[in-house]
Amino acid sequence: MNVGNVFFALASIVALAGAFMTIASRSPIRSAVGLLITIIGIAALFLKLDAQFLAAIQLIVYAGAVVVLFVFVIMLLGPDARDSGGSVARARVARYGAGGFFVLLALAAAHVVSHAGGNPTRFGIARPEHGSVEAIGQLLFQNEIIPFELTTALLIVAVVGAIAVARGRPHVRRERKGAGPSERMFHGPLMARDAQRPLPTKAAKAAKAGGI
Amino acid sequence: MNMFGNYVEHYIALSGALFTLGCVGFLVRRNVLVQLMSIELMLNAVNLTLVAYNRLHTGDMNGQVFAFFIIAVAAAEAAVGLAIVLAFYRLKSSVQSDEADQLRH
Repeated sequence: MNVGNVFFALASIVALAGAFMTIASRSPIRSAVGLLITIIGIAALFLKLDAQFLAAIQLIVYAGAVVVLFVFVIMLLGPDARDSGGSVARARVARYGAGGFFVLLALAAAHVVSHAGGNPTRFGIARPEHGSVEAIGQLLFQNEIIPFELTTALLIVAVVGAIAVARGRPHVRRERKGAGPSERMFHGPLMARDAQRPLPTKAAKAAKAGGI
Repeated sequence: MNMFGNYVEHYIALSGALFTLGCVGFLVRRNVLVQLMSIELMLNAVNLTLVAYNRLHTGDMNGQVFAFFIIAVAAAEAAVGLAIVLAFYRLKSSVQSDEADQLRH
């Protein structure tokens, strides 16, 4: 055992533990933390695989953006983000049955692959520039320039679409004015003390502006 | 014993385990947020496979470029997916996926 072996073992245990935490914990915020742990473990494995640039991108994009987005949404939903209500028994059987079936399938695949014979493939010596920022940048901006530019278009469309979907349609928002906590969060006044005070109309605003 | 982490099979086995965990989470959990996180787990497992095989073929770096694009697409997918979760929550006041049983409200 040298340092690299211990590094791989630690990173893979961290990644697996995080993945298990993601799917098994009751509270979604713990699931998000589990996802973060998995991502950090996989970034460490990328380092071991001579993919320094991807390790950095993994940390920036996943840990810095995706997990934070998940945490934002979980905190926006508050206690409603937790599992609630009982599920139909038949549906529960179907869900756990499907999960168990997939585990069996994966175990069978692992059994077949591990008994297929053949020697394990050892990594060779990597070129020094393998996975470096310069080499990946050369590839991205020369050979893969069209997919790269399409990615920027995809990201812009995704941002605009996310804003459009998350805001909802205005008339739908207006007709659903209620007193429930969720309604207040999205459709009603922000502060409880504003509940009795209607928003100023356009005419009132104009009169006030004219008065000054 | 210089074993762990120097063979591509170790990474593939780990990646398969991560993918299985993600798939089981997606199938078993009802919470849409956890299901989205499970999708991210599966995408990460595939990225690990691509990078591991790319380390085997050290002549080019197409695997790493593929993983780069998968990360970009996954970020876009998470943003749109979470926006859909918010819109769904506004309709149903719930994030359980079995509440989503109608095309209209």
